[in-house]
Amino acid sequence: MIDPIFLLEAAINGIMLGGILALLALGLNLIFGVIDIVWIAYVDLVMLCMYAAYFAIQVYGWPVWLGGLAAVALGAVLGVGVHLLIITPILGSAPVNQLLATGGLLFFLQSFATFLWTTDHKSVRLSLPSWEFAGIFLPLTRVIPFAISIIAVVALYLFLTRTFIGTAIRAVSQDRDAMALMGANPQRIYIVTSAVGGLMAGLAGALLVFQYSVHPFFGGQFGPLTFMICVLGGLGNMVGAFVAAFIMSEIIAVAGVVWSTEMGYVIAFVVFIVMIFARPGGILARRG
Amino acid sequence: MTIARAVAVAMLALLALAPSLPMGGYKEYALHVMIQILIWSFIGGAWSLMGRFGLVSLGHGAFLGLGAYTTTLLWNFWGVSPWAGALVTVVLTIALALVIAYPCSRFQVVGHYFALVTLAFGEVIRLLIIAERDWTGGSLGVSLKPAGGDSLLALQFANKRVFYYGALVLWLAGLYVWHRLDRSMARSAMEAIGEDETAAASVGIHVSRFKMGITVLSAVLTAIGGVAYAQYISYVNPDTLAGIGVSLRIVFAVVLGGMYTLLGPTVGTALTIALAEYLRIAFGLRFIGMAETIYGLLLIVIIIFLPSGIYGSVRDLFVRRRPEAAPARAAA
Repeated sequence: MIDPIFLLEAAINGIMLGGILALLALGLNLIFGVIDIVWIAYVDLVMLCMYAAYFAIQVYGWPVWLGGLAAVALGAVLGVGVHLLIITPILGSAPVNQLLATGGLLFFLQSFATFLWTTDHKSVRLSLPSWEFAGIFLPLTRVIPFAISIIAVVALYLFLTRTFIGTAIRAVSQDRDAMALMGANPQRIYIVTSAVGGLMAGLAGALLVFQYSVHPFFGGQFGPLTFMICVLGGLGNMVGAFVAAFIMSEIIAVAGVVWSTEMGYVIAFVVFIVMIFARPGGILARRG
Repeated sequence: MTIARAVAVAMLALLALAPSLPMGGYKEYALHVMIQILIWSFIGGAWSLMGRFGLVSLGHGAFLGLGAYTTTLLWNFWGVSPWAGALVTVVLTIALALVIAYPCSRFQVVGHYFALVTLAFGEVIRLLIIAERDWTGGSLGVSLKPAGGDSLLALQFANKRVFYYGALVLWLAGLYVWHRLDRSMARSAMEAIGEDETAAASVGIHVSRFKMGITVLSAVLTAIGGVAYAQYISYVNPDTLAGIGVSLRIVFAVVLGGMYTLLGPTVGTALTIALAEYLRIAFGLRFIGMAETIYGLLLIVIIIFLPSGIYGSVRDLFVRRRPEAAPARAAA
């Protein structure tokens, strides 16, 4: 029998991880909802941003906040770059080609990172204290990223609902053709969307680098999970993705403690497959 | 005898005689590459049976891994012949394919959703293989126990020629299945379903039966390809035979060649394997990762500039130059 304290600790860790997964899922979901293309290589962009943070902080000795900002900025630049170089030429192609173009980017980024930085695991070491309540340890290296990711999610929500360009982005995701007829410029909205999506990836990378070591195949660890969260929440549905991120991270954290890490992922993926059949439109969709 | 048929016969004769051609010291290596191309072309062809009708599966690694691991483990632990193992594999694959295909067609999971469900499914199989490490060796993989010399029962041969002819037969069988399907009523039904499921159902096409049938066929052939590859390499590993990486590689090769033509998957597979081998030899151990980097870059460029695949694009060019060829073919 497992000590309930361990289970509680796992559950809390799950919530902490859920915050960052929510960032990733919202970024990817925003891009999918607006541009209608799934970036298979999305989490590999996160990997690049993690390397940026690692080099800035650990190798060049920048302050932590500056290294983090550099990673976020790199994320935004990468988002725009991917959109202009890869997505723009294939906007009208068959869906399978769109998937594969970003899949090719995945191969490219993984192997280029291997070429540049080898497959060694690299991590940023921060010595921060842990909070302790009744035998449960809460390391600040998890609490602070969680807090920042929740702030970012709220900021994204405000951006999409309270600003003009945010409203335009939501309008495009509802009806792309009608928006073009209204005189909006889809290309400009696509670029802003890609920049925001890349920014989320950069922020997630800047936060993850303090908890996980980075290596070229980091994307394989979180990539499939991120797609699944998006589908579980309903592709393009932001609130759904937010809820789904916490459901998945809880399953992985708790099942990982009860059985093993792999079984945690297996159970999460099986739940995903079952949920797709039970609620094809996402967990928050109304039954048709 | 038409020109096309004469070319086909000549190519077949060349393939049949290939192991006897003088190739100097490169013969073993050339055969090795050829065997890989034939087996992966067969697998690519199996994938394209579904893919050409809009059922884009990113989880075919699951069936590949199931086939490879089932026969390998049955042989290693109980000495069950791979022939019997392949039968077990086929039964298991049918069951597994139905588990995925039935709900997918029942609940109309199509497009991006279908791709992501199959992707999750492929990851489940890969992670299960890693989690059951007492049996499967985890992420280190497991080697096929040697039978001690050539054995038809164990499907193990020291001579690559045997595998070459076996792979050639397998490949031809795959082309035959593809051709039969291409000429059947099922193809028209599947095309209608791929265009619009509701409309297809309204003219009396049994949508879920066709979709489940094509999924099972594609999955079984993929699993058999997995058995063949495992027997040839005699080593199985979850990362090379299951999961998202290998699934994407299969899809890449097929889309590169063009999935709407008989030889498209073969052309694509031959090109990707030749490219990977060339880059591997050109860079060797000097720049780890460089070969794969160029591979990925070329894939992006090809997808952007040749959207209907290399073979498909060349053929389009040919057909567009001579528009009268198209109705003649349709009438035949």
